[in-house]
Amino acid sequence: MSTLVLAEHDNASLKAATLSAVAAASQMGGDVHVLVAGADCSAAAEAAAAVSGVSKVLVADNAAYEHQLAENVSLLVAELAAGYDNVVAAATSAAKNTLPRVAALLDVAQISEIMSVESADTFKRPIYAGNVIATVQSSDAKKVITVRATSFDAVAAEGGSAAIEAVASVHDAGISTFVGEEVAVSDRPELTAASVVISGGRGMQNGENFKLLDGIADKLNAAIGASRAAVDAGFVPNDMQVGQTGKIVAPELYIAVGISGAIQHLAGMKDSKVIVAINKDEDAPIFQVADYGLVADLFSALPELEAAI
Amino acid sequence: MKVLVAVKRVVDYNVKVRAKADGSDVDLNNVKMAINPFCEIAVEEAVRLKEAGVATEVVAVSVGPKACQEQLRTALALGADRAIQVEVEGSVEPLVVAKLLKGVVEKEAPQLVILGKQSIDGDNNQTGQMLGALTNMAQGTFASEVKVDGDSVNVTREIDGGLQTVKLKLPAIVTTDLRLNEPRYASLPNIMKAKKKPLDVLTADDLGVAISSHVTQLRVEPPAERQAGIKVEDVAQLVDKLKNEAKVIA
Ligand SMILES: Cc1cc2nc3c(=O)[nH]c(=O)nc-3n(C[C@H](O)[C@H](O)[C@H](O)COP(=O)(O)OP(=O)(O)OC[C@H]3O[C@@H](n4cnc5c(N)ncnc54)[C@H](O)[C@@H]3O)c2cc1C
Ligand SMILES: Nc1ncnc2c1ncn2[C@@H]1O[C@H](COP(=O)(O)O)[C@@H](O)[C@H]1O
Repeated sequence: MSTLVLAEHDNASLKAATLSAVAAASQMGGDVHVLVAGADCSAAAEAAAAVSGVSKVLVADNAAYEHQLAENVSLLVAELAAGYDNVVAAATSAAKNTLPRVAALLDVAQISEIMSVESADTFKRPIYAGNVIATVQSSDAKKVITVRATSFDAVAAEGGSAAIEAVASVHDAGISTFVGEEVAVSDRPELTAASVVISGGRGMQNGENFKLLDGIADKLNAAIGASRAAVDAGFVPNDMQVGQTGKIVAPELYIAVGISGAIQHLAGMKDSKVIVAINKDEDAPIFQVADYGLVADLFSALPELEAAI
Repeated sequence: MKVLVAVKRVVDYNVKVRAKADGSDVDLNNVKMAINPFCEIAVEEAVRLKEAGVATEVVAVSVGPKACQEQLRTALALGADRAIQVEVEGSVEPLVVAKLLKGVVEKEAPQLVILGKQSIDGDNNQTGQMLGALTNMAQGTFASEVKVDGDSVNVTREIDGGLQTVKLKLPAIVTTDLRLNEPRYASLPNIMKAKKKPLDVLTADDLGVAISSHVTQLRVEPPAERQAGIKVEDVAQLVDKLKNEAKVIA
């Protein structure tokens, strides 16, 4: 048995989600190799070689892979997949873009967002916005799998010393090009990796009021998230959305402020260890999943909270 | 240019679906069905392209049993010109849907295929990408903006860190994210008109596709229940609980 993990990286560094993908891959048994496809990505490859449990790192360093264009990377992964039983990646936006193409090229199914590895061919995954957990069995000889990062404890980023091997194949499908990117820069921890997340919803009323969350986030070293309603209303950018169709988070502490608790929002945060809800409506569904609910106007509760911690 | 839109019949997004007590499957008895929200956005985008004079024809396609004709009629009421049902029994896996859609693409030769990014029942997020690989088309997934420009299309995509724009050669595939547009409501006259629009039925055989199964659902179960929580009196009590009971803040 052997598994190829597609690394999530920005050429310069390896993203934490990869450590959870390696954890899932290790549970599948056998050798775990990591593929770093990018351009000028030797730093990311070196980081991957240090990851505990990884026995080999393949590096495909070429301009064709710089921006993770799915059309190009999928051809590379499908070629390399010949030598492996499983192809695995954390369910990031890049992997969600690329891996189904790989599966189709290999004429196999993709199993999306597994939460557990039950055996070599059997996995659990959430369906219907996490209201139901399905146990599924694959009959494909080669399996293509994305992993819900919050469901697997990351392996150690250090301690490994895998060999790094260059892959010469260059696949440029020639049908897509990268035009540009607007990536939010923030000093805060990444939403999906933070141990505390504080999210605002429509109750925040406008983008300006999200500043009320800043001071608390500073004190708790928290990431700031949002409901879809807050994103749709233009209060904050899309990369802050938590939920079924946004990011899945499972921090030690999740604080939902002015969020009603729609099924689709809960799907993204209900595996958090401790949930706090601040809402002025005592019947808001968010209170059904909250460990600690505070029925209060957020405009008075937030400054008080900031002062008290 | 012709635009093909894939629509799926799914449980309405307001329904909280549950596993049956015996774990054999989800309980879909008497549950309200609807067009997948992302597919509705896909139809809206195609219709807007037609209204802007970019698209000349919008064709909606759904893979499913006869009941999915309801969702095709919805698409027609929203402004699609005609519809194709690919008749299959029960539900088929994304890889098979992608193969069937490839068959339809070969018949119809659209310049743009718009799909939803994700079905809200299976939460797969696969079909558009798979269709891209099978047809060797470029893809703009999770789109929040689509601009056709001559023989290419620029798609702005919602990615983990923010937004990314790619330029794709036509014909190409787009999968919709929630902020691409806000779908209109179908007016009563348009719902009436939709009943008269053409709706063709094809079979997997017509498209030369064998229905295969790669994944078996062994059982379903509810997610782990959370312990019921408490309501705190005020901020002071909240902070005290977080510090001393939950021990999640220092
Ligand atoms: C296909 C699909 C996918 C979706 N995906 C997602 C997703 O990924 N993530 C997501 O979040 N949503 C998603 N949604 C949307 C979801 O259904 C809800 O519409 C959304 O989560 C509501 O956001 P909200 O709780 O901020 O707003 P609302 O439901 O409007 O709730 C606002 C809350 O703020 C409270 N409030 C107002 N003022 C104050 C105040 N002064 N003090 C205290 N409390 C106050 C109110 O009591 C209310 O409970 C999706 C919907 C669909 C159809
Ligand atoms: N049975 C189907 N019929 C038509 N389109 C479908 C079907 N299944 C999936 N799709 C399309 O593929 C998108 C993504 O679905 P999925 O890959 O299942 O998450 C949907 O939003 C539809 O546009």
